[in-house]
Amino acid sequence: MNVAAVVRSADGFTPPGPADFDLPAIGGGSTMDFLGQEAVLGVTKPMLQIVLAAILVFAFFKVASAKRAMVPGKLQFVGEEAYGFVRNSLGREIIGSHDFQKYTPYLFALFFFILLNNLFASIPLLQFPTFSRSGMVYSLALLSWVVYNVAGIRKHGFVGYFKLQSVPAGIGGPMLILLVPLEFMSNILVRPVTLALRLFANMFAGHLLLILFALGGEYLVTEMAIQYAPVGVIAWLLFIAVAFLEILIQFLQAYVFVLLNAMYISGAIADEH
Amino acid sequence: MRAPLTSMTLRASEDGELNPLVPHPIEIVLSLVVFAILFYLARKFVIPAFEAAYTERTRTIRGGLEAAETRQAAADAKLADLDRQLDEASYETARIREEAREQSAAIVAEMREQAAAESVRIVEHGRAQVEAERQQAVTSLRAEVGTLATSLAGRIVVESLENDDLQRRVVDRFLADLEGGPAGQN
Repeated sequence: MNVAAVVRSADGFTPPGPADFDLPAIGGGSTMDFLGQEAVLGVTKPMLQIVLAAILVFAFFKVASAKRAMVPGKLQFVGEEAYGFVRNSLGREIIGSHDFQKYTPYLFALFFFILLNNLFASIPLLQFPTFSRSGMVYSLALLSWVVYNVAGIRKHGFVGYFKLQSVPAGIGGPMLILLVPLEFMSNILVRPVTLALRLFANMFAGHLLLILFALGGEYLVTEMAIQYAPVGVIAWLLFIAVAFLEILIQFLQAYVFVLLNAMYISGAIADEH
Repeated sequence: MRAPLTSMTLRASEDGELNPLVPHPIEIVLSLVVFAILFYLARKFVIPAFEAAYTERTRTIRGGLEAAETRQAAADAKLADLDRQLDEASYETARIREEAREQSAAIVAEMREQAAAESVRIVEHGRAQVEAERQQAVTSLRAEVGTLATSLAGRIVVESLENDDLQRRVVDRFLADLEGGPAGQN
């Protein structure tokens, strides 16, 4: 709070905000109006990043899986461990050994796609979390919603599936009037929203925090009186600490997103109570 | 969802600030398309390769384990067989050793018996020989003694005793005495 007060009194520092995430098109471009807000028409950095992430993920695993040696080399070992992590701890453990094979490609691609895009926030020169762009996340959340609902409807039929998701087991009578809408809300309507917001907000806030520490520290050291310089240095030290914390969060958010996907699928295709 | 978003957007626009929750339409499509391509490529190329490697490895390891188990069982059987053979062999040696001991004892006893019989036979033989020689000596001595005694007596009584009759009687009496003496002693 004190820092904020000092910053405001200096009257020269512009704190980072959403504008820092609205990068201009590379090479310039026009804008269009979307939902009352200007949207850049052109190729931006996060757009390139998301394509790069897909290329890198595919290239790495293609090369790692190409050899198929009985005794794996280093690259193949890393690839197999990474694949096995998603396949076994996210797929088999949660969806169950009967059905998980069908969803392994989806979970696998989703996990490493999100993980690499998140890690881009901490990779030098790139240093921008792709999923701090809400649009990028909405589509993945929407896709997750479609995947688990379709899986459930295919298994139980339309009516059977909505009964499974909305009517809690072992409860009868007037309680159902209260519980069925709640269950329907939480299992069908809210899930894609929370999925999207969790990933987006974490990436957005983490990056914003890093910008604040970096720019704030810089401003304290270079623009203000000398006695504020040590505070700026402390801000930079904190910046480094928070950057490491961010790497952990980047991994965790990718993991949680895919974990929840697996749990939703598992719940949707579960046998009726 | 659209209604609250729009109202938030409007408020944000009034402040002149961007609302980060309002998506960029191109980004929605791009993210979906890129992920779809990645998913397709992963399912087509990466997953089958990993799964094939897993399956093959599992099969190899299982095959190896089975082969090892078979070989182990064979080795166990062989070992049991060898143990049994060894037991038999040691039993056999014990039996042979026992037999040899019995045989040697029998041989020793037999040899001892033979030696005893032989010694008895030798002693018998010696005794008979001694008796025969003694008899021979007695016979030759008897002839010698007669002659010697006669010549001795002749020399002593040559002058007085010229008569052959007397001479023969004296000799016969002497011989009868000589024969009777030792015969009576025996």
